[in-house]
Amino acid sequence: MKNNSDTQPQQLKDDLKLNYGPNKKFVAICAGTGCRAYGSLKVKEALEAELKKQNMNVDVIATGCLGFCEKGPMVVIHPDKYFYQSVKVTDVPEIVSKTVAKGEVISRLLYRHPDTKKTMFREEDMPFYKKQLRVVFGSNGMIDPTKIDDYLVINGYQALGKVLSEMTPEGVINEVKKAGLRGRGGGGFHTAVKWEGVRKAHGEPKYVIANGDEGDPGAYMDRSLMEGNPHSIIEGMIIGGYAVGANEGYIYVRNEYPLAVTHLNIAIAAAREAGLLGKNILGTDFSFDIHINKGAGAFVCGESSALFASIEGRAGEPRAKYVHAVEKGLWDKPTVLNNVETWANVPLIINKGADWYSSIGTEGSKGTKIFSLVGKIMNTGLIEVPMGTTLYEIIYDMGGGIPGGRKFKAVQTGGPSGGCIPESLLDIPVDFDKLYEVGSMMGSGGMIVMDDTSCMVDVARYFLAFLKEESCGKCVPCREGIRRMSDILEDICAGKGTEGDINLLETMSQAIADGSLCALGGSAPNPVLSTIKYFREEYEAHIKDHRCPAGVCKALITYSIDPEKCTGCGLCIKVCPTQATSGEKKKAHTIDKDKCTRCGACIESCKFEAINVK
Amino acid sequence: MVNLTVDGKNISAPKGTMLLEAIRGAGISIPTLCAHEAVSRSGACRLCVVEIKKGNRTRIVTSCLYAAEDGLIVNTKSDRVLNVRRLVMELLLARCPESEVLQKMAKEMSVEAQPRFVADSDKGKCILCRSCVRVCEEVVGVSAIGLFSRGSDKTIGTPYNEKSDVCIGCGACVYVCPTGHIEMTSTGDKRKIWGRTFKMQTCDKCGKFFAPVDQLKFISKKTGVPMSELTVCTECR
Repeated sequence: MKNNSDTQPQQLKDDLKLNYGPNKKFVAICAGTGCRAYGSLKVKEALEAELKKQNMNVDVIATGCLGFCEKGPMVVIHPDKYFYQSVKVTDVPEIVSKTVAKGEVISRLLYRHPDTKKTMFREEDMPFYKKQLRVVFGSNGMIDPTKIDDYLVINGYQALGKVLSEMTPEGVINEVKKAGLRGRGGGGFHTAVKWEGVRKAHGEPKYVIANGDEGDPGAYMDRSLMEGNPHSIIEGMIIGGYAVGANEGYIYVRNEYPLAVTHLNIAIAAAREAGLLGKNILGTDFSFDIHINKGAGAFVCGESSALFASIEGRAGEPRAKYVHAVEKGLWDKPTVLNNVETWANVPLIINKGADWYSSIGTEGSKGTKIFSLVGKIMNTGLIEVPMGTTLYEIIYDMGGGIPGGRKFKAVQTGGPSGGCIPESLLDIPVDFDKLYEVGSMMGSGGMIVMDDTSCMVDVARYFLAFLKEESCGKCVPCREGIRRMSDILEDICAGKGTEGDINLLETMSQAIADGSLCALGGSAPNPVLSTIKYFREEYEAHIKDHRCPAGVCKALITYSIDPEKCTGCGLCIKVCPTQATSGEKKKAHTIDKDKCTRCGACIESCKFEAINVK
Repeated sequence: MVNLTVDGKNISAPKGTMLLEAIRGAGISIPTLCAHEAVSRSGACRLCVVEIKKGNRTRIVTSCLYAAEDGLIVNTKSDRVLNVRRLVMELLLARCPESEVLQKMAKEMSVEAQPRFVADSDKGKCILCRSCVRVCEEVVGVSAIGLFSRGSDKTIGTPYNEKSDVCIGCGACVYVCPTGHIEMTSTGDKRKIWGRTFKMQTCDKCGKFFAPVDQLKFISKKTGVPMSELTVCTECR
């Protein structure tokens, strides 16, 4: 298996150094899905045209997601690393003539701290980035994901070279074990234990699979990794294949991620071309190749056995897993299934060593984790933090707190099957075990922040409605049980809840968690259980007092106009779709409760905060 | 042989036996709806759950799919087990309020309909145990019926609910259905099932209609036995 000649990635990199370097001048523009939606590709075109017009030979690279999605499109001018946010096409001539040509900063494009009003030049100065540790995700900003050379320059495939020339498969597994890497997809299973299981399992061939079936509402970290740094995942998988004795791998990615599919395809083709995938990798006798399998968007296909069924060409339904996938996985052969983020951590562990890796994080959870921070939060985006960072630091320091001066209420972690964590627990360090202890889970890393305008019963209702749609329908507790729980939650939100509903929901939750075939049903009650646990009084207000304290559930709220505040401007009369508001000009208006559909149009239109919701 | 404890009783079973058979073999009853001897097991109904203890870990598993192991401690009547079974029965009663089989079973298990669940009127007696789909695929080998949609919209039927060209009208699906959901009517020389009418064959000896012509043709094609040798009913053979 060994090849004692110099590893090729090093040679490739040395050649490339002629073209790249730390002082190279280039413009990086975020072309992740979020920034593309903001029009970053138009900005890129404008930059290229303007540079040509001004006769400057400077590269513009479209990078993957830079994380700070709230402020896209983002442009970073290297080598000074000036960080421009919310860049428009009209800003381009000035960026080129001032910053690119002369190194002058355009202060209006810099990030301005909302409190101190201080402008900040670079990523590392900004509170959003300051406390992050972007060891996996940070490379996104330095590379064009469609160019393998860019990845090679940042030490790409060095880990693979090292593994194939210096390490035994057992040595690789030991290194990953020492590093303490745990699965980033949700379960937090020890990666090395899985690998060891497959290495020792009988049965050929063996498979390695990357799970990119990210389906949680509001979560997009796996997507951004696949889009922004596909080679890191591929390199991890090749190393994994070598470690467990597999020659074939699959990346299961949802078809709704077209950019991820495109970038992965380009990356796989380039890696094959470079001899990093295919037969006799880097001149050794180890061969490995990767196929892409596009999923059709079923949430349940993120579950291992449903994912295997889907790759095998059958309906994505889970099966009982009393015999583990390490022994009987894809086509009943020994299979390693890891989340894409887990795979992207592997080259890092090999390059920097297990000791370095395990120095990051908590006792039981090592390394970093990427979270998508969304909802009622100032700085929407993707963050990567060391395990053990507190929820408070994530939401307030990096996230910038709650917009509009509103009050934090809860953070939902772990996707639809996770739980809602209240303010009193914001000090907990985020790791696999701690989140589980408080009734939620790490999941793949979604974090949805909610403020006092969110009704927790409505939140539980939303997630159960999602899971009802996404249940595969195979087993009774999940298919029928979630549907019935969802019905009860709909009733409570509609003011039709009955006295015993909370108890019934709790009993059902236990039975569904115990009785379901797979983890989808097994964790589906979490949003209900955690909201009952921490926000029971909201459920009681809905059921007993027919009141929605957050003013969300339409059947339980009424709109009225505060005559003290109303100036009689008539705006609410204009916008009301059902003619429920009326009144004379310059006199306090009123709302006809029978006609009012509580759509909220009047609230949005009123400049005097005169509409009350109770 | 493996030795295990079930409800405090020591039992042994041949290696590879599923817990369901091992436990029933020891005279302890376990309810099931989807485990039919003619088809492979899916673990869909979840009624056969038991609580197992292995080392310090306790968990709920379906006995129909979990192989008996040495030293396993099984509890078939723990609170957790009964809570799952009760919910499954309540859910099925609400789904198929007309089913006598479910009503009888619920009575035996002392489970009553949960008044908070509004009974369905559009599901017939189908509990989606998928035995019919499996028998059609695994035993008959025609896969005329399958599962469609997902979650609570899941249904069983022929593709697009149209008349199936591959169905041979054999009625194996009717035979394995635990609740009697699948309708099959045989009158005179006609049999109706899954929306299609099949012509029945008369027995050369007794003259009774005994099987759809399409089924005999299928058997003839599959086995190579000429049609003329198949037109005698099983009783006259």
